[in-house]
Amino acid sequence: MPKDHGIGASSKRREDLRFLTGRGRYTDDINLMGQAYVHFLRSDMAHGKINGIDTSEAEKMPGVIRIFTGKDFEGVGGLPCGWQVTDRHGNPMQEPPHPILAQGKVRHVGDPICAVVAESAAQARSAAEAIMLDIEELPAVIDMKAAVQDGAPKVHDELDSNLCYDWGFVEENKDAVNKAFEEAAHVTTLELVNQRLAPNAMEPRVAVGDYAPGTDESTLYTTSQNPHVIRLLMGAFVLGIPEHKLRVVAPDVGGGFGSKIFHYAEEAFCTFAAKAIQRPVKWTASRSEAFISDAQGRDHVTKIELALDADNNFTALRTETYANMGAYLSTFAPSVPTWLHGTLMAGNYKTPLIYVNVKAVFTNTVPVDAYRGAGRPEATFQLERVIDKAARELGVDPVELRRQNFVTEFPYATPVAVEYDTGDYHATMDKLLEMIDRDGFEARAAESKARGKLRGLGINSYIEACGIAPSALVGQLGARAGLYESATVRVNATGGLVVMTGSHSHGQGHETSFAQVVADMIGIDEGMVEIVHGDTANTPMGMGTYGSRSLAVGGSAMVRATEKIIAKAKKIAAHLMEAAEGDIELKDGEFTVAGTDKSVAWGDVTLAAYVPHNYPLEELEPGLEETAFYDPNNFTYPAGAYACEVEVDPDTGKVEILSFAAADDFGNIVNPMIVDGQVHGGLAQGIGQALLENCAYDEDGQLLSASYMDYAMPRADDVPFYAVDHSCQTPCTHNPLGVKGCGEAGAIGSPPAVVNAVVDALHRGGHSHVMHIDMPLTPHRVWQAMHQA
Amino acid sequence: MYNFEFSKPGTIDEAVAALGADEAQALGGGQTLLPTMKQRLAAPEVLVSLTGIDQMKGICLSDAGEVCIGGATTHATVAAEAAAHYPALAALAGRIGDPAVRNRGTIGGSLANNDPSACYPAAALGSGATIITNTREIAADDYFQGMFATALDEGEIITEVRFPVPEAANYQKFVQPASRFALVGVFVAKYADGVRVAVTGASSDGVFRWTEAEEVLNGSFTKDAIDALSPPSGDMIADLHGSAEYRAHLVKVMTGRAVAAAS
Repeated sequence: MPKDHGIGASSKRREDLRFLTGRGRYTDDINLMGQAYVHFLRSDMAHGKINGIDTSEAEKMPGVIRIFTGKDFEGVGGLPCGWQVTDRHGNPMQEPPHPILAQGKVRHVGDPICAVVAESAAQARSAAEAIMLDIEELPAVIDMKAAVQDGAPKVHDELDSNLCYDWGFVEENKDAVNKAFEEAAHVTTLELVNQRLAPNAMEPRVAVGDYAPGTDESTLYTTSQNPHVIRLLMGAFVLGIPEHKLRVVAPDVGGGFGSKIFHYAEEAFCTFAAKAIQRPVKWTASRSEAFISDAQGRDHVTKIELALDADNNFTALRTETYANMGAYLSTFAPSVPTWLHGTLMAGNYKTPLIYVNVKAVFTNTVPVDAYRGAGRPEATFQLERVIDKAARELGVDPVELRRQNFVTEFPYATPVAVEYDTGDYHATMDKLLEMIDRDGFEARAAESKARGKLRGLGINSYIEACGIAPSALVGQLGARAGLYESATVRVNATGGLVVMTGSHSHGQGHETSFAQVVADMIGIDEGMVEIVHGDTANTPMGMGTYGSRSLAVGGSAMVRATEKIIAKAKKIAAHLMEAAEGDIELKDGEFTVAGTDKSVAWGDVTLAAYVPHNYPLEELEPGLEETAFYDPNNFTYPAGAYACEVEVDPDTGKVEILSFAAADDFGNIVNPMIVDGQVHGGLAQGIGQALLENCAYDEDGQLLSASYMDYAMPRADDVPFYAVDHSCQTPCTHNPLGVKGCGEAGAIGSPPAVVNAVVDALHRGGHSHVMHIDMPLTPHRVWQAMHQA
Repeated sequence: MYNFEFSKPGTIDEAVAALGADEAQALGGGQTLLPTMKQRLAAPEVLVSLTGIDQMKGICLSDAGEVCIGGATTHATVAAEAAAHYPALAALAGRIGDPAVRNRGTIGGSLANNDPSACYPAAALGSGATIITNTREIAADDYFQGMFATALDEGEIITEVRFPVPEAANYQKFVQPASRFALVGVFVAKYADGVRVAVTGASSDGVFRWTEAEEVLNGSFTKDAIDALSPPSGDMIADLHGSAEYRAHLVKVMTGRAVAAAS
């Protein structure tokens, strides 16, 4: 029977009351006394040399307070990059400066040139139009392979080339991998594109900077997934403000999907300008601005090769990927195509030899960084597509080919530097096949054919690495930050608790699920636990929410802090009942002495902690508040199997998804309803990538899909009702909750399932020349693929 | 958006007078004009709203049996109230945009704008409708003059559109995945004096009649008659969402489907 409270219960999301009734408090809802507004004048060309900026007319416009240009930021730090990748020759990546406002050159459409601060947003915008720019257009580099050719225009003149790094992983394996390919019985090769995406959080980015001259304190309200990270990066590297004089607040945030991890120029600008003009400064992005200033995702071009022996065992894997960095290095951009991608190339399979080569390239496009899944969707897509192609070439069942090569013994050390602690890939595949009635597929396909439609079935596995990350390990890999998490549990005198977490909730439902965990540990009602997050002034230093890490890492910190609370509370209870501490038991919010009928309630103990009249003050401090920092000793490895069934209209190329099933192993589950929701959202984004979304630039670097008129977001009628299961559970072995994370799985596992299904449908319809179609599988592309010679 | 003056006249005469001002612009439901103004791509000094003119709203049948729709009638009203008289037209109106668009956007606004991907131009041209303005009556065949271009003069207002009701008709829209405007939309209508086939979304000249298809359908109003045709030649739009060749192909597919659905 499902639980009705605590861990394992589908408690309703308490935050939804305010979100669904319009009572959320988002950054744009924050308006400060005397606030001014900033409008950024952005480059409309992809690459240009700034010869002059004349603001004299604009300064005379109504309401203008001050106009800032790059000159105002000379001597101020640029936006820092948080991860340094070392290339295959042992050299550090090329790391160009990333100014707050353009210095000398503009490098992508949307690059901010001037910032106009005025009494109103409309006045700021009007004045920006009166600025006279003298910018000499330079040839733009957009295509990655062209960008690394000799003689290509350079995005950054001071760098040797547009190559950020050429990374080999594992470089020492390269020769052995090549040898295995020479000896292979069969080699399957696939060239593919993992297209660029715009994250499109429902809430565009907003920043409000404030400065208190009386105390010399700065405050930034911002749409962030990790306010402490922004405080550290902006304070230490950009503006030179010590942490105790800088507060960063990320209140309710309307979705992030990665795009709100990073430190952006607009945040630093508003904080800087508020001090400069001694007034609060607010910026609210329009959707059009979001398309040209939010870090974008994916954008890999890959050649993958899979070697098999005569018995169809995978013997080696080799990839070459070009990864687009855009015009500047966003905060964690270099890590995405390397350590979040190369380390996952083993997938669910025991391929013994793997070599991954990634060339990261600067182009005159919006910077690219982590987006839901970050590197793992790219890895999964290549791998699961090439396996499907291999099965087709070999004439074997794609499920059996996968099963034959599954990792089955754990822990399993992959040849790409990670160790899977636990998993059961056959179990999720078994569950998936049970969910989809694979045996009935042929009959369904025949029924479609009778209606003139082509039906196809795509099945694949996936694995991801979540719960990032062991700080010592990522430090060795180039991270310039630790990746622990923190929690302070404060028990009030009358027994209610406040948990101050370094994680940040922007759609994940932490206020509900985190409370379930703590309430369950103590045995009290969930309503007695409040979760506080998002403000550096009242939460311990934490690293925030991304990479499906919140429950695995932040939840673990909270568990450790709660354990400390319980241990101390037991000491107090022992004193109150005049019993030995070792005999105290806590159950259902009551402390008892083993073997007796003595008991004290949770509230009696918490009251005693704050009204210590009868209290062992000589041995124990009063009060009941504990903090814990938790640094994981491994990643977690959620895994599963996904299936997609599609129907293709051969006359138009239109793909309809008829059904989608997901069998996931997330380890233990705290709130099944929230997990379902996370998977649903991930699947929608994965299906969006597979069928609809595409950030397309023309050869001059103009973004063709710069609004919803041309950028196709998935809508309700583009996706089916999902079948989602997470009953296969191999609990994580190294965190106290046994949880793995569920936020990204849907977006990681689903694109190959959709493409596998469409290719299957076309083969069944006689289009046997179609071995691959690049995403998004729009009607036009599918139709073109069918009609290629 | 820039500052502008706003007037909301109650009669056509007042509206015509208001539109005489410098840089004045008529405003229907605002579903194209307002987003354009928000993006600062249009800067009229005076907006003259036509939505307060009762004589330009609503649907009726003329003595000749034509469906007469006031220029300021919303798509939602057409979808609901034209269904009994001209189901294909009502169905077309009911699939324009989303509910918000349909409850604001007007038939006069759509036809005056003549977006090359809009649905209404296909219905008007495919039905051989008459566009009635404050000064004259214009046959649909004379009205559409290319992408965003019409026979309307400066300050001229579409007060009414008259649709002769066909024996059979159907509109097939294949949507552009992002905007859900017509990537290709085909309106087929069979009248006693002949079949009309109007295509929207496909051509860089805007809505057009596919006369080869009309000819074969006059001989045989069946999908098979279309199958034998080559896709239309002409200046097809090529963009992110479809090549010229694909659009031409879709014109044929959608025409066939419209005929099949209508016959």
